[in-house]
Amino acid sequence: MATILAVDDSKSMRQMVSFTLQSAGHTIVEAEDGQDALEKAQGGSFDLVLADVNMPRMDGLSLVRKLRELPSYKFIPILMLTTEAGTDKKGEGRNAGATGWIVKPFNPDQLLSTIQRVLA
Amino acid sequence: MSLDMSQFHQTFFDESFEGLDAMESGLLGLDPSAESVDPEVVNAIFRAAHSIKGGAGTFGFAEIGGFTHLLETLLEEMRSLKRRWSSEIVDVLLKGVDATRAMLEAATRNEPIPSPSDLEQRLQDILAHGTEAEAMPERQSSQPESDAADKGMTTWDIQFVPEPDVAQQGNDPLRILRALASLGNVTTHVDSVALKPLTEHDAETCPLGWDVQIETAASEADIRDIFAWVEDACSLQMTRRSTPSAPVAIAPAAADPASAASSPKEQGDKPASGPAPAAAAGPKPKKDSVSTSSIRVSVDKIDMLINLVGELVITQAMLQQRGAALDPVEHESVLTGLSQLDRNIRHLQEAVMSTRMLPVDFVFSRFPRLVRDTASGLGKQVKLITEGEGAELDKGVIEKIVDPLNHIVRNAIDHGVEMPADRKAAGKDATATVRLSAWHQGGNIVIEVADDGKGLDREKILAKARKNGVDIAEGAPDSEVFNLIFLPGLSTAEKVTGLSGRGVGMDVVKRNIQSLGGAVDVSSELGKGTRVTIRLPLTLAILDGMTVRVGDDIMVLPLASVVESMQVQPADLRSVGGERSLLKVREEFVPVIRMDEFFGYRGSTEADRNEASLVVVVEDDHEKVALVINELVGQQQVVVKNLETHYKPVPGIAGATILGDGRVSLIVDVGGLQRAARQRSRPIAA
Repeated sequence: MATILAVDDSKSMRQMVSFTLQSAGHTIVEAEDGQDALEKAQGGSFDLVLADVNMPRMDGLSLVRKLRELPSYKFIPILMLTTEAGTDKKGEGRNAGATGWIVKPFNPDQLLSTIQRVLA
Repeated sequence: MSLDMSQFHQTFFDESFEGLDAMESGLLGLDPSAESVDPEVVNAIFRAAHSIKGGAGTFGFAEIGGFTHLLETLLEEMRSLKRRWSSEIVDVLLKGVDATRAMLEAATRNEPIPSPSDLEQRLQDILAHGTEAEAMPERQSSQPESDAADKGMTTWDIQFVPEPDVAQQGNDPLRILRALASLGNVTTHVDSVALKPLTEHDAETCPLGWDVQIETAASEADIRDIFAWVEDACSLQMTRRSTPSAPVAIAPAAADPASAASSPKEQGDKPASGPAPAAAAGPKPKKDSVSTSSIRVSVDKIDMLINLVGELVITQAMLQQRGAALDPVEHESVLTGLSQLDRNIRHLQEAVMSTRMLPVDFVFSRFPRLVRDTASGLGKQVKLITEGEGAELDKGVIEKIVDPLNHIVRNAIDHGVEMPADRKAAGKDATATVRLSAWHQGGNIVIEVADDGKGLDREKILAKARKNGVDIAEGAPDSEVFNLIFLPGLSTAEKVTGLSGRGVGMDVVKRNIQSLGGAVDVSSELGKGTRVTIRLPLTLAILDGMTVRVGDDIMVLPLASVVESMQVQPADLRSVGGERSLLKVREEFVPVIRMDEFFGYRGSTEADRNEASLVVVVEDDHEKVALVINELVGQQQVVVKNLETHYKPVPGIAGATILGDGRVSLIVDVGGLQRAARQRSRPIAA
């Protein structure tokens, strides 16, 4: 089972993601913004990073760019938690180095099946 | 997997209300007329709306999600500088915050969620007004054909050539092929012409391409979805075998309507995303660190804790009483333990009480909105300054101070602050300042509302007071004259407005503050401004009391109101006009209340009555009264229990407490007692 870094400034969203993934047997570390996530990523090793886009201090896109600069995160899947509204820019996410996205709102099943795609 | 989402609801509500507060204070702090608005402020407002929308959708509140989507869309346009800030936009967004709050409140109570349809319409109008058609690229638009024909098995030829550095986005072509294989029967052929000898191969790149033949029941959309994350990092050709139609090509970017449509949007975003990283690198907003080091606990739990500590204090007092009867030499260790217990309990009590303490910011934070709305409603310009928001006081006191404070601030703006033109004529800044400050002083907290308006007019107040039959000397000091505004029926405004000044106001404010054990005072200088000062105890739960015997019972007098106690002969008590006794205390006549008679205590014998009486002089709001009691018992801290919740309000009684020996004792409300005594004597006098 994988070790996953879940990054979102919304506590309820973090709780929901953690609970879902933990129920599926994964190990979750939560971070509440990009800066926090970067520090936690540098201090540990993760198989997958799930990151919100809009966050205080450091947003999700900057986080992806910073992570991709780190050798140990160069090929790790990083998924953005985005909304369909077009406000979270998928293209920009990919340019920054994100692997893919999960569109909010999502339910636990959607989350798990998407995660399976990159952890297979 | 089924998961009960409702377990996350409370967290979602809590953070959403916090988010709304953040939006509100951000919007209020924003100057729509300024040349440029701080992008980080706008970002923070946007983020809050965005989070609420995302959570609402996830946790099943579609109505809230739909409405906040409109707010978010408008904020996105503000954030990306597509639209200029105006007070109209700020206004609509503030209304949106209110509406969202109402929706969330309904949701917390499991009530049907109200639909703010008017506001929704207004938001849609504003959004439609925009110069840019809000093209929200829907992913579905790239798949116009219906998939109805795909019900049966279809065979597709897929040519997939990822860009060499595809793995550096974390996308592994092998995973994509595996996902494809999960949709049906797959035959794969690897195109390895670009593969170099091993010695020259760059392990970080992928020089391969694949031809895949898949027989599947899945729709075209499902297949495309597998490639969605790499669609502009690969070349992909899909051909349906059974139909002779031309291949549908997704070449990088150009053929993808979604990415084509989104490119002008990205350009529009650039100005906003430019300054943002710089701001993010700057100092952290001060509130962040506070929120992360706290946890949420329901008030019920804290109150239960306080109650339990209260019980503990009573048990401790009981033990202490028993302990006093023990021989100090024989039971030295027990007595040492008792005194240690006493100290520990006192610390515990202080620590537990402090958990109910909230910063005054809790109240102050709602004033920017109130000031803005009140001032704009009156056509005045007012700047609000708050100070000492960090000063803490009991949650119960904070909740009860909101209304009086509202009234005082509204009064200050309505009656104190002049119209901009008048201010300019008086040589003042057209924008008035209202200053809300709080600080600790002894065991009290002082809250002050100061304005730089026209001040109170001494002569007008005097005239009004006389008209109302208030007896006041011409040469009375200003402080005495100004405090007349707290009397019923004395409003200083010449005309009544919708906001304040129906003449009920300040006297009610004063009564409310007094019921909290506090005091209110006003000072003013004509032309310079008015200052209203409120003094409040830090907590309502613990009281320093003087215990006295009345008949067979023990009553508690708040120590703060006790002036002196003395023994008087029955002859010292003079009756005036037959109905109320007066006692001469140092050249001053003080009304007398016989506590046993007043509260109807039995057990006060004829002997008690004829004995030399013991009198405690207490004072409330500069008004003294002499209470006749039977015995002074002592001084102690008591835990105040509310009487109203268990019985009903009793005039002259503030609450009850449990004494060390387990007896219930009533706590006297001095102000209430005076009022009740006046009311009782009035019918006789009239």
